[in-house]
Amino acid sequence: MKSIVCVKRVPDTEARIRIAGDGGSIDPSGVKFVLNPYDEFAVEAALKHREGAGQGEVTVISVGDAASAETLRTALAMGADTAVLLKADRAPEGLAAARALAAEIREREYDLVLFGMKAIDDDLQAVGAMTAEILGIPVATAVTEFSVADGRVTAHREIEGGAEVIELRMPCAITLTKGAYEPRYASLKGIMAAKKKPLEEKPANVEGTGAPAMALSLPPERQAGRIVGQGPDAVPELLRLLRTEAKVI
Amino acid sequence: MAGIFAFAESRDGELRKSAYEVVTAARKLADAMGTEVHAVALGSNGAGAAVGELARYGADKIFVGECDAFEKYSPEGFTLVIATFIKEHGCDAAVFPATVLGKDLAPRVAARLGVDYLSDATALEAEGGSVSITRPRYAGKVFAKSTVTDKPAVVSIRPNVFQPVENAKAGEVESLNVEMGNADFGAVVKEIMAAASEKLDVSEAPIVISGGRGLQSPDNFKLLEELADAFGGKAAVGASRAVVDAGWRPHGDQVGQTGKTVAPTLYIAVGISGAIQHLAGMRTSRFIVAINKDPEAPIFKVADYGIVGDLFQILPRMTEEVRKMMG
Ligand SMILES: Cc1cc2nc3c(=O)[nH]c(=O)nc-3n(C[C@H](O)[C@H](O)[C@H](O)COP(=O)(O)OP(=O)(O)OC[C@H]3O[C@@H](n4cnc5c(N)ncnc54)[C@H](O)[C@@H]3O)c2cc1C
Ligand SMILES: Nc1ncnc2c1ncn2[C@@H]1O[C@H](COP(=O)(O)O)[C@@H](O)[C@H]1O
Repeated sequence: MKSIVCVKRVPDTEARIRIAGDGGSIDPSGVKFVLNPYDEFAVEAALKHREGAGQGEVTVISVGDAASAETLRTALAMGADTAVLLKADRAPEGLAAARALAAEIREREYDLVLFGMKAIDDDLQAVGAMTAEILGIPVATAVTEFSVADGRVTAHREIEGGAEVIELRMPCAITLTKGAYEPRYASLKGIMAAKKKPLEEKPANVEGTGAPAMALSLPPERQAGRIVGQGPDAVPELLRLLRTEAKVI
Repeated sequence: MAGIFAFAESRDGELRKSAYEVVTAARKLADAMGTEVHAVALGSNGAGAAVGELARYGADKIFVGECDAFEKYSPEGFTLVIATFIKEHGCDAAVFPATVLGKDLAPRVAARLGVDYLSDATALEAEGGSVSITRPRYAGKVFAKSTVTDKPAVVSIRPNVFQPVENAKAGEVESLNVEMGNADFGAVVKEIMAAASEKLDVSEAPIVISGGRGLQSPDNFKLLEELADAFGGKAAVGASRAVVDAGWRPHGDQVGQTGKTVAPTLYIAVGISGAIQHLAGMRTSRFIVAINKDPEAPIFKVADYGIVGDLFQILPRMTEEVRKMMG
């Protein structure tokens, strides 16, 4: 089975986000960048299925700047076989990202295309579904676990107040959320091996930057409120405040 | 006059709360842009019975597409029907709920229409003939406002942010032809399993009570469930990642950067330290209450009200007082 996993380089979850001078982007200085956590689930899922089948190939693809090569190396160190960097001035988002990915994927042989459910920088939760739509292949989003048999994928996902089972005809796309695929750490051996694995670089097929210009602002700081009291005796006062001051109960 | 498209989500023949929020948001845009709201609801035969309600919140026209194949969500069927509807009717903006279904459907529709899509909007405004959208990025560490020039502007709105407002319109009901015949879809929902209990989902509940490692064991979550019950079916129980990873609570209950984003009216964090990744999922809640024995816990920095102390003493008292209060 041939799997393609789309991965994005994003600021770490701990990163302090500051708005750059242009007001429309963030200041990357001092920010640590990582492989998008949801994409780790996708890489892990691809590796698990390769291991389960005892054969197969996992290719990771990223659209982004030169530094995204590092992110691809992380995925190679986890165990992916090959990587492709589609170079752009910066990682495109939304439809532009989907178009660039689809242009590359279309030229390849594959059974499965995996994505993270969302990139934690733009928080869009769209590129997987959009890429699949452009490729004209079925897709299931927000999947926690899936199995592969007889040219079909059976995927599980959680919905409000329950779960759904979706059956897909292959080739197909899946976007992954937290669930059955706890990402492995790259071993030292994996990190060494990753250095020798093929990483192809070529220009991305993107026009413009994708999304329209944005004006960024910081959310109003949440002010620390008040400590109503200590222990259970503070409960009546808390409820009184919630009812009369906050008016939420 | 192209109109604002509003997707009214339903399940088992009943409209979801998000449907009223979507119509409310669409109504506001339509008023600002001098146009109409066209709501679309899809479901199995007979599902249309409930849609009249949408008129009260501002739908000028309500289109109902019923067929057996729509008893469950049909990703490709819904995409086809909606993309076709929008191509035929035209619209300035298409508003979806940022629910599991909405977030699956909206980007597909956008891609099929060849336009971009923005998710989880917290504000929509008309600017000239365009729509400007405000939405969180970096898990709400910043908000981005952009003016979308694509027609339509395809957007999903964050649950619980656009409170339904009554603004009655004609709400003429028309039926949409959605007979799928023997359409050959590549992705089909085979089964829907309802969670063991008919509890509200954390992403939809007006009150969310979340527990963390401070609860000490999975059994102790019954303390939170009792408190939730005391609020009379308005509250859901959430969890921090620490307790989800420990297997105490299901993944679907996790609040935070790699879990659900919630914005309830009241969020009560019990035995949760307030790690940045947890805050990412709940900081836009209207009111936050923290219960923690450690006065230095970071959760108190974002909480409106806090009680310092042992949750095992505080929770039973709170349940008792809430029961009294709710009569
Ligand atoms: C990439 C990444 C993604 C993540 N995503 C998420 C996410 O989506 N959601 C999330 O929640 N976390 C997430 N985390 C984990 C996060 O960093 C924290 O580890 C986690 O939130 C801690 O959970 P906790 O508050 O339950 O536990 P702890 O941090 O251990 O806090 C327990 C709290 O309980 C209090 N306590 C103990 N006993 C009592 C008592 N008897 N009475 C009252 N209070 C008591 C303690 O004072 C303490 O503050 C993520 C981490 C990473 C690296
Ligand atoms: N620039 C990119 N390069 C590669 N994959 C991407 C890129 N942007 C998004 N993706 C993939 O699409 C998923 C969803 O991203 P998003 O829609 O931006 O939240 C991510 O988890 C990645 O798997």
